[in-house]
Amino acid sequence: MFENTSEVIGAENVLKKGGWRIRVMGPPPEIRTGCDLVIEFPLVSELEIVRTLEEAEITPLQVVAVSDGLLEPVNVFFTTDYGEFLMVQAANMKITVDKRDLTVVNISGGGCPDVPYLAAQMVGRRLDQAPEPRSIGHTLCGYALQLAFEEITRKCLP
Amino acid sequence: MSAVVGTVPDQDFPLVCGNVRVSEQNLFIDNHCVAVNRGTPALLATAAKACAFFGADPPMAYLAGDIGGGGGSRKVYAYLEQILGQCRYESITFHYIQPDVDWHNRVLFAVEDMHPRPMLIADAGFMYAAKMSGQAAAYAVFTPDMGELAFLADPEAPHPFYTRGFIFHEPHRVKELIASAYVHGNASRYLLVKGKTDIAADENGILNTVSQPVVPAMEAIGGTGDIITGLISAFTGLGKDSLTACIQASAVSRLAGKLADPDPGTRVMDIIEQIPAALKRFFEEK
Repeated sequence: MFENTSEVIGAENVLKKGGWRIRVMGPPPEIRTGCDLVIEFPLVSELEIVRTLEEAEITPLQVVAVSDGLLEPVNVFFTTDYGEFLMVQAANMKITVDKRDLTVVNISGGGCPDVPYLAAQMVGRRLDQAPEPRSIGHTLCGYALQLAFEEITRKCLP
Repeated sequence: MSAVVGTVPDQDFPLVCGNVRVSEQNLFIDNHCVAVNRGTPALLATAAKACAFFGADPPMAYLAGDIGGGGGSRKVYAYLEQILGQCRYESITFHYIQPDVDWHNRVLFAVEDMHPRPMLIADAGFMYAAKMSGQAAAYAVFTPDMGELAFLADPEAPHPFYTRGFIFHEPHRVKELIASAYVHGNASRYLLVKGKTDIAADENGILNTVSQPVVPAMEAIGGTGDIITGLISAFTGLGKDSLTACIQASAVSRLAGKLADPDPGTRVMDIIEQIPAALKRFFEEK
Protein backbone atom coordinates (compact mmCIF):
# COMPACT_ATOMS: atom_id res chain seq x y z
CA MET A 1 0.00 0.00 0.00
CA PHE A 2 1.17 3.49 -0.80
CA GLU A 3 0.54 7.07 0.23
CA ASN A 4 -1.36 7.88 -2.96
CA THR A 5 -2.26 6.54 -6.38
CA SER A 6 0.61 8.43 -8.02
CA GLU A 7 3.05 6.33 -6.03
CA VAL A 8 1.25 3.16 -7.07
CA ILE A 9 1.57 4.16 -10.71
CA GLY A 10 5.25 4.95 -10.17
CA ALA A 11 5.81 1.65 -8.39
CA GLU A 12 4.11 -0.23 -11.20
CA ASN A 13 6.39 1.43 -13.74
CA VAL A 14 9.53 0.61 -11.74
CA LEU A 15 8.59 -2.99 -11.04
CA LYS A 16 7.43 -3.78 -14.57
CA LYS A 17 10.60 -2.29 -16.00
CA GLY A 18 12.48 -4.59 -13.60
CA GLY A 19 10.68 -7.60 -15.02
CA TRP A 20 8.52 -8.30 -11.98
CA ARG A 21 5.16 -9.95 -12.59
CA ILE A 22 2.93 -7.76 -10.49
CA ARG A 23 -0.68 -6.58 -10.69
CA VAL A 24 -2.33 -3.30 -9.75
CA MET A 25 -5.39 -4.14 -7.70
CA GLY A 26 -7.86 -2.67 -5.24
CA PRO A 27 -7.34 -3.29 -1.54
CA PRO A 28 -9.77 -5.23 0.63
CA PRO A 29 -12.25 -3.08 2.62
CA GLU A 30 -10.43 -3.36 5.95
CA ILE A 31 -7.37 -1.49 4.70
CA ARG A 32 -9.03 1.06 2.40
CA THR A 33 -8.68 4.77 3.11
CA GLY A 34 -10.17 6.29 -0.03
CA CYS A 35 -9.83 5.59 -3.72
CA ASP A 36 -6.95 3.20 -3.36
CA LEU A 37 -4.82 0.95 -5.47
CA VAL A 38 -2.26 -1.57 -4.27
CA ILE A 39 0.50 -3.57 -5.92
CA GLU A 40 0.01 -7.31 -5.65
CA PHE A 41 3.07 -9.55 -5.67
CA PRO A 42 4.02 -13.01 -4.41
CA LEU A 43 4.88 -12.67 -0.72
CA VAL A 44 8.04 -14.65 -1.23
CA SER A 45 9.44 -11.70 -3.23
CA GLU A 46 8.77 -9.12 -0.52
CA LEU A 47 12.36 -8.26 0.32
CA GLU A 48 13.46 -7.75 -3.25
CA ILE A 49 10.33 -5.87 -4.21
CA VAL A 50 10.58 -3.48 -1.27
CA ARG A 51 14.30 -2.95 -1.87
CA THR A 52 13.66 -2.15 -5.54
CA LEU A 53 11.00 0.37 -4.56
CA GLU A 54 13.16 1.97 -1.89
CA GLU A 55 15.99 2.37 -4.39
CA ALA A 56 13.49 4.22 -6.60
CA GLU A 57 12.46 6.31 -3.57
CA ILE A 58 8.92 4.93 -3.66
CA THR A 59 8.54 3.44 -0.21
CA PRO A 60 5.30 1.60 0.48
CA LEU A 61 3.31 2.49 3.58
CA GLN A 62 2.91 -1.16 4.44
CA VAL A 63 3.04 -4.67 3.04
CA VAL A 64 0.01 -6.75 3.88
CA ALA A 65 -0.48 -10.48 3.37
CA VAL A 66 -3.87 -11.32 1.89
CA SER A 67 -5.22 -14.60 0.57
CA ASP A 68 -8.25 -13.08 -1.14
CA GLY A 69 -10.33 -9.91 -1.17
CA LEU A 70 -8.33 -7.92 -3.72
CA LEU A 71 -10.56 -6.20 -6.23
CA GLU A 72 -10.01 -6.74 -9.92
CA PRO A 73 -9.61 -3.49 -11.88
CA VAL A 74 -11.55 -3.15 -15.10
CA ASN A 75 -10.24 -5.12 -18.03
CA VAL A 76 -13.14 -4.75 -20.45
CA PHE A 77 -13.16 -2.07 -23.12
CA PHE A 78 -16.06 -0.65 -25.09
CA THR A 79 -15.49 0.91 -28.47
CA THR A 80 -17.83 3.25 -30.33
CA ASP A 81 -17.13 4.04 -33.98
CA TYR A 82 -18.57 7.41 -35.01
CA GLY A 83 -17.21 7.20 -38.55
CA GLU A 84 -14.51 9.86 -38.53
CA PHE A 85 -14.08 9.48 -34.76
CA LEU A 86 -13.33 6.50 -32.52
CA MET A 87 -14.12 6.37 -28.79
CA VAL A 88 -12.78 3.79 -26.33
CA GLN A 89 -14.15 3.44 -22.81
CA ALA A 90 -12.38 1.75 -19.91
CA ALA A 91 -14.34 1.76 -16.67
CA ASN A 92 -15.60 5.29 -16.17
CA MET A 93 -13.19 6.95 -18.62
CA LYS A 94 -13.56 7.61 -22.35
CA ILE A 95 -11.06 8.84 -24.91
CA THR A 96 -11.99 9.89 -28.45
CA VAL A 97 -9.69 10.43 -31.40
CA ASP A 98 -10.19 11.82 -34.88
CA LYS A 99 -9.30 8.87 -37.08
CA ARG A 100 -8.16 11.14 -39.91
CA ASP A 101 -5.15 12.56 -38.09
CA LEU A 102 -5.17 10.57 -34.78
CA THR A 103 -5.68 13.70 -32.72
CA VAL A 104 -7.18 13.26 -29.28
CA VAL A 105 -10.35 15.35 -29.51
CA ASN A 106 -12.14 14.57 -26.26
CA ILE A 107 -11.74 12.91 -22.88
CA SER A 108 -14.84 12.39 -20.78
CA GLY A 109 -16.10 10.59 -17.71
CA GLY A 110 -14.51 10.16 -14.31
CA GLY A 111 -14.69 12.26 -11.21
CA CYS A 112 -11.22 12.73 -9.77
CA PRO A 113 -9.50 16.13 -10.10
CA ASP A 114 -6.81 14.94 -12.49
CA VAL A 115 -9.37 14.19 -15.22
CA PRO A 116 -9.77 17.81 -16.36
CA TYR A 117 -5.99 18.23 -16.08
CA LEU A 118 -5.32 15.12 -18.15
CA ALA A 119 -7.81 16.32 -20.74
CA ALA A 120 -6.15 19.72 -20.90
CA GLN A 121 -2.75 18.08 -21.48
CA MET A 122 -3.91 15.48 -24.01
CA VAL A 123 -6.71 16.98 -26.08
CA GLY A 124 -5.47 18.51 -29.31
CA ARG A 125 -2.37 16.32 -29.50
CA ARG A 126 -1.77 13.29 -31.69
CA LEU A 127 -1.98 9.95 -29.92
CA ASP A 128 1.75 9.36 -30.35
CA GLN A 129 2.62 12.84 -29.07
CA ALA A 130 0.23 13.13 -26.13
CA PRO A 131 1.58 12.46 -22.63
CA GLU A 132 0.49 9.10 -21.28
CA PRO A 133 -1.95 9.37 -18.37
CA ARG A 134 0.36 7.17 -16.29
CA SER A 135 3.07 9.82 -16.55
CA ILE A 136 1.01 12.78 -15.31
CA GLY A 137 -2.11 11.28 -13.68
CA HIS A 138 -2.58 10.66 -9.99
CA THR A 139 -5.83 8.79 -9.37
CA LEU A 140 -7.87 5.75 -10.21
CA CYS A 141 -9.63 7.75 -12.92
CA GLY A 142 -6.20 8.57 -14.36
CA TYR A 143 -5.31 4.91 -14.24
CA ALA A 144 -8.52 3.95 -16.04
CA LEU A 145 -7.74 6.57 -18.70
CA GLN A 146 -4.31 4.98 -19.14
CA LEU A 147 -5.99 1.67 -19.96
CA ALA A 148 -8.32 3.38 -22.44
CA PHE A 149 -5.34 5.24 -23.93
CA GLU A 150 -3.41 1.98 -24.39
CA GLU A 151 -6.42 0.32 -26.01
CA ILE A 152 -7.13 3.13 -28.47
CA THR A 153 -3.42 3.35 -29.28
CA ARG A 154 -3.41 -0.38 -29.99
CA LYS A 155 -6.36 0.07 -32.32
CA CYS A 156 -5.11 3.18 -34.12
CA LEU A 157 -1.32 2.91 -34.18
CA PRO A 158 0.01 -0.31 -35.69
CA MET B 1 -28.90 31.00 -4.22
CA SER B 2 -26.75 27.99 -4.99
CA ALA B 3 -23.16 27.18 -4.14
CA VAL B 4 -20.81 24.99 -6.14
CA VAL B 5 -17.78 23.27 -4.65
CA GLY B 6 -15.02 21.84 -6.80
CA THR B 7 -11.56 22.17 -8.24
CA VAL B 8 -9.85 23.60 -11.31
CA PRO B 9 -7.03 21.82 -13.16
CA ASP B 10 -4.33 24.35 -12.31
CA GLN B 11 -1.84 23.49 -9.59
CA ASP B 12 -1.24 27.18 -8.79
CA PHE B 13 -4.89 28.24 -8.57
CA PRO B 14 -5.47 29.39 -4.98
CA LEU B 15 -8.40 28.66 -2.71
CA VAL B 16 -11.07 31.13 -3.77
CA CYS B 17 -14.64 31.84 -2.78
CA GLY B 18 -16.82 34.20 -4.77
CA ASN B 19 -19.54 34.76 -7.33
CA VAL B 20 -18.73 33.70 -10.86
CA ARG B 21 -19.24 35.34 -14.23
CA VAL B 22 -18.62 34.02 -17.72
CA SER B 23 -16.99 35.93 -20.52
CA GLU B 24 -16.11 34.41 -23.88
CA GLN B 25 -14.38 31.10 -23.14
CA ASN B 26 -13.41 32.00 -19.58
CA LEU B 27 -14.86 31.88 -16.10
CA PHE B 28 -14.03 34.64 -13.62
CA ILE B 29 -14.15 34.45 -9.83
CA ASP B 30 -13.10 37.77 -8.31
CA ASN B 31 -9.94 38.55 -10.24
CA HIS B 32 -9.13 34.93 -11.01
CA CYS B 33 -9.67 33.51 -14.47
CA VAL B 34 -9.98 29.90 -15.56
CA ALA B 35 -10.76 28.37 -18.95
CA VAL B 36 -14.16 26.76 -19.38
CA ASN B 37 -13.18 23.43 -20.85
CA ARG B 38 -14.62 20.76 -18.61
CA GLY B 39 -14.98 19.83 -14.95
CA THR B 40 -16.19 22.29 -12.34
CA PRO B 41 -15.57 25.37 -14.53
CA ALA B 42 -17.96 23.89 -17.13
CA LEU B 43 -20.54 23.25 -14.42
CA LEU B 44 -20.17 26.80 -13.08
CA ALA B 45 -20.35 28.39 -16.52
CA THR B 46 -23.56 26.51 -17.22
CA ALA B 47 -25.08 27.45 -13.87
CA ALA B 48 -24.05 31.09 -14.32
CA LYS B 49 -25.66 31.27 -17.76
CA ALA B 50 -28.85 29.68 -16.45
CA CYS B 51 -29.01 32.06 -13.49
CA ALA B 52 -28.45 35.03 -15.81
CA PHE B 53 -31.29 33.83 -18.04
CA PHE B 54 -33.64 33.97 -15.06
CA GLY B 55 -32.18 37.25 -13.75
CA ALA B 56 -30.88 35.54 -10.63
CA ASP B 57 -27.59 35.86 -8.80
CA PRO B 58 -24.84 33.61 -10.13
CA PRO B 59 -23.74 30.69 -7.99
CA MET B 60 -21.17 31.10 -5.26
CA ALA B 61 -18.06 29.10 -6.10
CA TYR B 62 -15.67 27.42 -3.69
CA LEU B 63 -12.64 26.34 -5.71
CA ALA B 64 -8.99 25.44 -5.44
CA GLY B 65 -6.44 24.19 -7.92
CA ASP B 66 -5.92 20.43 -7.95
CA ILE B 67 -4.45 18.25 -10.67
CA GLY B 68 -5.00 15.01 -8.79
CA GLY B 69 -2.59 15.20 -5.90
CA GLY B 70 -5.40 16.09 -3.55
CA GLY B 71 -3.83 19.16 -1.94
CA GLY B 72 -6.32 21.63 -3.42
CA SER B 73 -9.23 19.37 -2.54
CA ARG B 74 -8.10 19.23 1.09
CA LYS B 75 -7.93 23.05 1.19
CA VAL B 76 -11.54 23.21 -0.01
CA TYR B 77 -12.67 20.55 2.46
CA ALA B 78 -10.98 22.33 5.36
CA TYR B 79 -12.39 25.74 4.41
CA LEU B 80 -15.92 24.36 4.10
CA GLU B 81 -15.67 22.69 7.48
CA GLN B 82 -14.89 26.09 9.00
CA ILE B 83 -17.40 28.34 7.26
CA LEU B 84 -20.46 26.39 6.14
CA GLY B 85 -22.20 26.74 9.47
CA GLN B 86 -22.44 30.50 8.87
CA CYS B 87 -23.67 30.21 5.26
CA ARG B 88 -27.15 30.15 3.78
CA TYR B 89 -27.82 28.46 0.44
CA GLU B 90 -30.82 26.85 -1.22
CA SER B 91 -28.55 24.16 -2.60
CA ILE B 92 -24.91 23.13 -2.58
CA THR B 93 -23.41 21.12 -5.42
CA PHE B 94 -20.24 19.13 -4.75
CA HIS B 95 -18.24 18.18 -7.81
CA TYR B 96 -14.65 17.34 -8.88
CA ILE B 97 -12.99 16.79 -5.53
CA GLN B 98 -10.53 14.12 -4.50
CA PRO B 99 -12.67 11.46 -2.80
CA ASP B 100 -11.77 11.28 0.87
CA VAL B 101 -14.20 9.70 3.30
CA ASP B 102 -12.93 11.41 6.44
CA TRP B 103 -13.00 14.88 4.91
CA HIS B 104 -16.38 14.18 3.34
CA ASN B 105 -17.83 13.38 6.72
CA ARG B 106 -16.38 16.49 8.32
CA VAL B 107 -17.96 18.66 5.62
CA LEU B 108 -21.28 16.86 6.01
CA PHE B 109 -21.21 17.58 9.76
CA ALA B 110 -20.70 21.26 8.92
CA VAL B 111 -23.71 21.15 6.57
CA GLU B 112 -25.85 19.82 9.41
CA ASP B 113 -25.14 23.08 11.28
CA MET B 114 -26.68 25.14 8.46
CA HIS B 115 -30.15 26.62 8.96
CA PRO B 116 -32.10 25.99 6.87
CA ARG B 117 -30.34 22.89 5.68
CA PRO B 118 -29.56 23.24 1.94
CA MET B 119 -30.42 20.69 -0.70
CA LEU B 120 -27.26 18.68 -1.39
CA ILE B 121 -26.26 17.58 -4.88
CA ALA B 122 -23.22 15.43 -5.57
CA ASP B 123 -21.54 14.51 -8.82
CA ALA B 124 -18.09 13.29 -9.87
CA GLY B 125 -15.53 12.61 -7.14
CA PHE B 126 -17.65 13.90 -4.31
CA MET B 127 -20.42 11.46 -5.26
CA TYR B 128 -17.84 8.68 -4.94
CA ALA B 129 -16.90 9.93 -1.47
CA ALA B 130 -20.55 10.27 -0.46
CA LYS B 131 -21.23 6.66 -1.41
CA MET B 132 -18.06 5.37 0.22
CA SER B 133 -18.93 7.19 3.45
CA GLY B 134 -22.28 5.42 3.76
CA GLN B 135 -23.99 8.85 3.92
CA ALA B 136 -25.64 8.83 0.48
CA ALA B 137 -29.09 9.30 1.97
CA ALA B 138 -28.07 12.77 3.17
CA TYR B 139 -28.12 13.95 -0.45
CA ALA B 140 -31.06 15.09 -2.57
CA VAL B 141 -29.51 14.24 -5.94
CA PHE B 142 -26.72 12.14 -7.38
CA THR B 143 -26.10 12.33 -11.13
CA PRO B 144 -24.36 9.06 -12.12
CA ASP B 145 -23.88 7.71 -15.61
CA MET B 146 -24.52 4.01 -16.14
CA GLY B 147 -21.07 2.97 -14.97
CA GLU B 148 -21.35 5.10 -11.87
CA LEU B 149 -24.82 3.70 -11.21
CA ALA B 150 -23.30 0.24 -11.24
CA PHE B 151 -20.72 1.50 -8.75
CA LEU B 152 -23.52 2.79 -6.50
CA ALA B 153 -25.30 -0.54 -6.85
CA ASP B 154 -22.26 -2.53 -5.75
CA PRO B 155 -21.97 -2.31 -1.95
CA GLU B 156 -18.28 -3.24 -1.99
CA ALA B 157 -16.95 -1.17 -4.89
CA PRO B 158 -14.90 1.82 -3.69
CA HIS B 159 -14.66 3.39 -7.16
CA PRO B 160 -16.16 2.82 -10.65
CA PHE B 161 -12.76 1.52 -11.71
CA TYR B 162 -13.40 -1.90 -10.23
CA THR B 163 -15.29 -4.51 -12.19
CA ARG B 164 -16.49 -6.46 -9.17
CA GLY B 165 -19.88 -7.73 -10.23
CA PHE B 166 -20.87 -4.83 -12.44
CA ILE B 167 -20.88 -4.44 -16.16
CA PHE B 168 -21.08 -1.35 -18.28
CA HIS B 169 -23.37 -0.67 -21.21
CA GLU B 170 -26.23 -2.78 -19.96
CA PRO B 171 -29.16 -0.38 -19.94
CA HIS B 172 -31.61 -3.24 -19.56
CA ARG B 173 -30.23 -3.71 -16.04
CA VAL B 174 -30.92 -0.15 -14.98
CA LYS B 175 -33.96 -1.00 -12.84
CA GLU B 176 -32.01 -3.72 -11.05
CA LEU B 177 -29.04 -1.42 -10.44
CA ILE B 178 -31.23 1.41 -9.15
CA ALA B 179 -32.96 -0.99 -6.77
CA SER B 180 -29.64 -2.35 -5.54
CA ALA B 181 -28.28 1.15 -4.93
CA TYR B 182 -31.26 1.95 -2.70
CA VAL B 183 -31.31 -1.43 -0.94
CA HIS B 184 -27.70 -0.96 0.11
CA GLY B 185 -28.21 2.67 1.15
CA ASN B 186 -25.92 3.98 -1.57
CA ALA B 187 -28.31 6.34 -3.35
CA SER B 188 -29.49 9.88 -2.75
CA ARG B 189 -33.18 10.71 -2.48
CA TYR B 190 -33.30 11.09 -6.28
CA LEU B 191 -30.96 9.71 -8.91
CA LEU B 192 -30.60 11.22 -12.35
CA VAL B 193 -28.94 8.47 -14.38
CA LYS B 194 -27.32 10.07 -17.43
CA GLY B 195 -27.24 8.17 -20.70
CA LYS B 196 -28.89 7.72 -24.07
CA THR B 197 -32.07 8.05 -22.04
CA ASP B 198 -31.79 10.08 -18.87
CA ILE B 199 -33.63 8.40 -16.01
CA ALA B 200 -34.95 10.04 -12.85
CA ALA B 201 -35.56 7.57 -10.04
CA ASP B 202 -36.08 7.24 -6.34
CA GLU B 203 -36.38 4.33 -3.92
CA ASN B 204 -39.61 3.25 -5.62
CA GLY B 205 -37.97 2.95 -9.02
CA ILE B 206 -38.07 4.95 -12.25
CA LEU B 207 -40.10 8.16 -12.00
CA ASN B 208 -39.45 9.82 -15.33
CA THR B 209 -37.34 9.52 -18.45
CA VAL B 210 -36.05 12.04 -20.97
CA SER B 211 -34.80 10.73 -24.30
CA GLN B 212 -35.34 13.56 -26.78
CA PRO B 213 -33.69 15.09 -28.62
CA VAL B 214 -31.11 12.40 -29.38
CA VAL B 215 -27.57 13.70 -29.89
CA PRO B 216 -25.24 10.65 -30.01
CA ALA B 217 -22.02 12.69 -30.12
CA MET B 218 -22.72 14.05 -26.63
CA GLU B 219 -21.46 10.81 -25.07
CA ALA B 220 -17.93 11.46 -26.30
CA ILE B 221 -17.74 15.11 -25.31
CA GLY B 222 -16.09 15.81 -21.97
CA GLY B 223 -18.24 18.05 -19.79
CA THR B 224 -21.74 17.21 -20.99
CA GLY B 225 -22.53 15.65 -17.61
CA ASP B 226 -21.22 18.83 -16.00
CA ILE B 227 -23.81 20.79 -17.99
CA ILE B 228 -26.65 18.71 -16.54
CA THR B 229 -25.34 19.09 -12.99
CA GLY B 230 -24.83 22.82 -13.53
CA LEU B 231 -28.43 23.20 -14.62
CA ILE B 232 -29.66 21.22 -11.61
CA SER B 233 -27.57 23.47 -9.39
CA ALA B 234 -29.04 26.62 -10.95
CA PHE B 235 -32.60 25.33 -10.86
CA THR B 236 -32.48 24.20 -7.24
CA GLY B 237 -30.84 27.51 -6.31
CA LEU B 238 -33.87 29.19 -7.85
CA GLY B 239 -36.13 27.18 -5.56
CA LYS B 240 -37.26 24.37 -7.84
CA ASP B 241 -37.73 20.99 -6.18
CA SER B 242 -34.96 18.54 -6.91
CA LEU B 243 -36.96 16.12 -9.08
CA THR B 244 -38.27 18.93 -11.30
CA ALA B 245 -34.75 20.35 -11.50
CA CYS B 246 -33.39 16.98 -12.67
CA ILE B 247 -35.99 16.48 -15.38
CA GLN B 248 -35.77 20.03 -16.70
CA ALA B 249 -31.96 19.94 -16.61
CA SER B 250 -31.94 16.80 -18.69
CA ALA B 251 -34.28 18.27 -21.29
CA VAL B 252 -32.49 21.63 -21.51
CA SER B 253 -29.04 20.04 -21.83
CA ARG B 254 -30.30 17.88 -24.70
CA LEU B 255 -31.76 20.92 -26.41
CA ALA B 256 -28.47 22.77 -26.01
CA GLY B 257 -26.70 19.79 -27.53
CA LYS B 258 -29.01 19.74 -30.48
CA LEU B 259 -28.63 23.48 -31.04
CA ALA B 260 -24.83 23.12 -31.02
CA ASP B 261 -25.03 20.34 -33.64
CA PRO B 262 -21.87 18.71 -32.26
CA ASP B 263 -19.61 15.96 -33.49
CA PRO B 264 -17.45 13.87 -31.12
CA GLY B 265 -14.67 16.43 -31.42
CA THR B 266 -16.78 19.38 -30.29
CA ARG B 267 -15.66 21.25 -27.13
CA VAL B 268 -18.19 21.54 -24.34
CA MET B 269 -18.08 25.36 -24.37
CA ASP B 270 -19.78 25.27 -27.78
CA ILE B 271 -22.70 23.51 -26.12
CA ILE B 272 -22.69 25.76 -23.03
CA GLU B 273 -23.01 28.77 -25.32
CA GLN B 274 -26.36 27.36 -26.43
CA ILE B 275 -27.76 27.20 -22.87
CA PRO B 276 -29.67 30.53 -23.02
CA ALA B 277 -31.27 29.58 -26.35
CA ALA B 278 -32.13 26.11 -25.02
CA LEU B 279 -33.69 27.60 -21.86
CA LYS B 280 -35.70 30.03 -23.98
CA ARG B 281 -36.97 27.29 -26.25
CA PHE B 282 -37.75 24.88 -23.39
CA PHE B 283 -39.65 27.32 -21.21
CA GLU B 284 -41.41 28.97 -24.15
CA GLU B 285 -42.58 25.56 -25.37
CA LYS B 286 -43.82 24.71 -21.90
